[in-house]
Amino acid sequence: MSLLLENIHKRFGQVHANNGITIEIEEGTLHGLLGENGAGKSTLMKVLSGFIDRDSGRVLLDGKELDLTTPRTAIGAGVGMLHQDPLVFLPISVVDNFLMGSPGSRLLNRAEGAAELRKISEPFGFNFDPEAPARTLTVGERQQLEIVRLLWLGAKVLILDEPTTGISEIQRVDLFATLRKLAEQGMIVIFVSHKLEEVEELCQRVTVMRQGQVVGEAELPTPAETLVEMMFGQIIAESDRPHVEYGEDVLALDAVTLKEGNLTVPDLSLSVARSEVIGLAGLEGSGQRTFLGGCTGLVPALSGSITIGGQGMAKRHYRDFMRHGVHYLPAGRLEEGLVEGLTITEHFILSGEDKSFFVDWDAARQGSQENIDHFSIKGFHDSTAESLSGGNQQRLLLAMMPPGLKLLLMEHPTRGLDIESADWVWTQILARRNEGTAIVFASADLDELLRYSDRILVFFNGRVIKEVDARCTTGEQLGYLIGGKEPE
Amino acid sequence: MTTESRAERWGAIAAPIALAVLVAIVLLLLAGANPFEAFKLIGEGAFSGWANMGETLMAWVPLVLASAGLIITFNAGLWNIGIEGQIILGGIAASWAAREVGGPGWVVVPAAIIAGALGGMVWALFAGVLKTRFKVNEIFGGLGLDFVAASLAVYLVIGPWKREGVASTSGTDLFRDEALLPTVAENNRLSLVAIGLAIAGVIFVYYLMKGTMFGLRLKAVGRNVRSAFLLGIPTSRYMLGAFALCGVLAGIAGSMQAIGFHFKLIPAISGGYGFLGILVVLLAAFRAAWIAPIALFFIAMSRGSTQLALRLDIDSALGGVITGILVLLVILGGGWQARRLLRREAAS
Amino acid sequence: MILAATWSEIWSAWGDVFTTASLASMVAAAGPLIYATIGETITEKAGVINLSLEGSLMLSALAGFGTAFVADNVLIGFLAAAAVGAAIAALIAFASIELRLDQIAVGFVMTLLAIDLSDYLGNRFVGEAGPAVPAWPIPGLSDIPWIGEVLFDHNLSVYGSFVVVIVAYIFIYRTRRGLELQGIGERPEGAFARGVAVNRMRYFYTIVGGSLVGVAGAAFSLDQRLGWREGLTRNLGWIALAIVIFGGWHPIRVAIGAILFGFLQVVALQFQPVFPGVSQVLPTIPFPLMILALVIVYTDWFRRLGDRYPRLRGILAADPPSGIGVAFHPE
Repeated sequence: MSLLLENIHKRFGQVHANNGITIEIEEGTLHGLLGENGAGKSTLMKVLSGFIDRDSGRVLLDGKELDLTTPRTAIGAGVGMLHQDPLVFLPISVVDNFLMGSPGSRLLNRAEGAAELRKISEPFGFNFDPEAPARTLTVGERQQLEIVRLLWLGAKVLILDEPTTGISEIQRVDLFATLRKLAEQGMIVIFVSHKLEEVEELCQRVTVMRQGQVVGEAELPTPAETLVEMMFGQIIAESDRPHVEYGEDVLALDAVTLKEGNLTVPDLSLSVARSEVIGLAGLEGSGQRTFLGGCTGLVPALSGSITIGGQGMAKRHYRDFMRHGVHYLPAGRLEEGLVEGLTITEHFILSGEDKSFFVDWDAARQGSQENIDHFSIKGFHDSTAESLSGGNQQRLLLAMMPPGLKLLLMEHPTRGLDIESADWVWTQILARRNEGTAIVFASADLDELLRYSDRILVFFNGRVIKEVDARCTTGEQLGYLIGGKEPE
Repeated sequence: MTTESRAERWGAIAAPIALAVLVAIVLLLLAGANPFEAFKLIGEGAFSGWANMGETLMAWVPLVLASAGLIITFNAGLWNIGIEGQIILGGIAASWAAREVGGPGWVVVPAAIIAGALGGMVWALFAGVLKTRFKVNEIFGGLGLDFVAASLAVYLVIGPWKREGVASTSGTDLFRDEALLPTVAENNRLSLVAIGLAIAGVIFVYYLMKGTMFGLRLKAVGRNVRSAFLLGIPTSRYMLGAFALCGVLAGIAGSMQAIGFHFKLIPAISGGYGFLGILVVLLAAFRAAWIAPIALFFIAMSRGSTQLALRLDIDSALGGVITGILVLLVILGGGWQARRLLRREAAS
Repeated sequence: MILAATWSEIWSAWGDVFTTASLASMVAAAGPLIYATIGETITEKAGVINLSLEGSLMLSALAGFGTAFVADNVLIGFLAAAAVGAAIAALIAFASIELRLDQIAVGFVMTLLAIDLSDYLGNRFVGEAGPAVPAWPIPGLSDIPWIGEVLFDHNLSVYGSFVVVIVAYIFIYRTRRGLELQGIGERPEGAFARGVAVNRMRYFYTIVGGSLVGVAGAAFSLDQRLGWREGLTRNLGWIALAIVIFGGWHPIRVAIGAILFGFLQVVALQFQPVFPGVSQVLPTIPFPLMILALVIVYTDWFRRLGDRYPRLRGILAADPPSGIGVAFHPE
């Protein structure tokens, strides 16, 4: 059994996301698809799994062309996709999630479904409570459920799209063991990632994509520099960490307990100085977001004291924190940061310092154009927020930040951005740092955390379990820590 | 970005109007009436004779005020279905003032108008608090308050404020002359005060939305509450502010109904202008500049079609049917246009 | 003066509420409301809000009575009413899915339009006596003391409402297709990934829900309120929408809500002579009670009940399907 993608093309308006992609994969192979954000990997996988239609090209399994018009026909053809955020139905039970969409008798037989679930899960060591609602499962467990479900439906090709974001090291090791077992049983596993080390660890062959095209294939093991050169078209040099002087303490937490929804983060004590960069590491929902919220007044502190620049801020409101020089950049650029339907100029007006009641549109447009030029935002002063690309949205958000901040809090500052935009973002952030702003940021990208942080706080299960010096920690150690384990 | 040509834009407006007229003609023919005679009657019913014109304009005033208020709440992303109740409370409060406040006209009339504004504002704030503090969707909170307001009006009319000896749902006693809006002529209801308030309302809303920080911030709240909050906008306060301002305008509309049109409190003091206002604003595509002419059209249709009932034995609801179909077709047509443009852009 | 009733008056009025005749009329009166609320529950479970109920009920009630009157056939009346309800619902689904319009805006316009249409077209039928659903006490079961009269001494329309609740429950929670229905409303991308034809199904369930609303209209004009007049079903459409929320989008709880509403109306009726001063206001008490109910349903305390009684979690749920009101597009 072999899978052949033949000359796949897909355009989105002007963007040629998939430009003549041809890949051949043998059965029982763990095949990596490597490329950085924006290379076209996701588009290709959406084509393969039936989510979007390709413009031209064929996909053949054992010489027979596959019908991939919808996800249903794709699964029927044996192609299953595991999304980065597994599409489970949160209020619905595990066994119902397992059964939904599968063919079978009109009346649901949950007992039978639970039995099937157990049967398939056993060899992999997965453990599910069929009655529990899916919202109680961790991301790793949701992935397991999806894999098991796709297996049950007869998948012969399994595509995993960036599966290791949001799971711990232990879960990642388990996942890789599962994938190896599947490959042994003859399944074709396509592992899509931008993380070189993981592809190197797991896969036997790798295809590298850049800007919509296949730029190379390699049999692993292969020297990393070769792969890096293929991914970026150049060798990326590791930048040196510059020396920076810290200032006085700007943020001080003393025995603070925060509560957000069901999550209680107890007993936080920390001091952050001017020009210090603190990284927050941990799995999704381990408390980093709550911590950031607590530092800016979005999440109330049940006890303890919070001071900003020496000023006690307990029980103060979000807007008070803003007034004291704290700025919060949320992860959802369009969901939480920008307002859909409003123009760039309107955003600058809203984030500006002007206290007047009336709006001077002429002056506003002028100032907006100045900002657009200064921050190289690809857009016009009357472009709406949603018409901008992710990178330009982030530029706009950074341009909207007031000057002279004491503390900058960020959630996933470079999520979903290509390397060029991500670099630019960090240049801006570090410029602020050099001016004396303290930076606290949460990220799922361990490389980013290690590269830019001075200290890293590791969150697990709603508490800070360890504080490490970023300079003397490796990625692997950090990976173990976010899973709650001491590194081996 | 592909934009539509001039011809397309005019077509998008003309087509629904033409279709609506066609439907109206068909309905009239089915009812056995002559369409042209019917349209002539509608025009006559609304505009023939000074007294008639005056009444048409006095019916137009509360609709315009309510619509203007709704533009504010729509901008805040709210479906202020409670507007009917806000108009009613305005009417009740103005009626109270008309009955209780003594003195000459230049004391009572402003008192009634202010009372109406406050009454509408308070009622709107109830809906606002239910939404912001108790998370009750403003559609259902508003509906519930509409029912309560309507019951309150009925209770007052047949209870504490009932006519001497006769408890009738046709309304309270007429207010004394000083409490009524000054009119232009003896037998004409037209009051320049009312017209002035209506125009002032529209201008106020227009500039509030376009030229002030409040309007821009409200727009942000309406589009994305979370982002607006993180930008530092006190979102609950702004929503309550939107409710309050709309309530003021609705309350003034109610006072116009009480002391300018009916001259007493009746159970149906709102005249349905709240819900009708929503249609006006939808048809006006949320543009303040368009609500005045569109409201006039609605009123003309509504009043004109009562003539149909009198002279051609056709139910006066035809006016509402025609305007309803028109709004529906314009909305659907707008969606169709937008989809066509999107598809054209994707293909390029 | 208002509360000058004696204890014995209150007691006897309360007792009158629970006579078999009174309870039977409550069950019968709830019938049409159950059709409407279950229909809307299905529609909203699929992720579509049909706000036009107030108008749909009115227009389909007219359609039902009008066609039944002209054809002298009750069944045809019901079919016509169902068709009208389905057509309005289909329009809303089309406007949302194809034209990407706001479901609430289109639903609201349809409400006012349908009410005006029903007034305009209904003139002809005001005051006319038309066919009614024939009574059909179930042989045997209706002789059982007390329960027999309350539950089994009605007609097909009322029995149908029982059936609809049970079928809806079984379908949604015990069948494969019903599970897919839950998926469509909860997370359409997920259902799409499972191979469910999301938009096609949304059309289908919206139309099914709309048909049930149509049947409700006919149940009013051909059974409960016999005949047609302006404002026949006034306010009941809005009440139905509120009951769906109050019922947590669960057919059983929604039906309980509908019956509760009928119960409140019977109570108001029985107590009118006892408290004559507020007799006008009592019938409107259910409406502010609805607001109160909605407030309670959204409080933390109520939400935590689901944690304390996990077995009842399904029926105590308060959240709408997460994907409700938003059109789904695969790209």
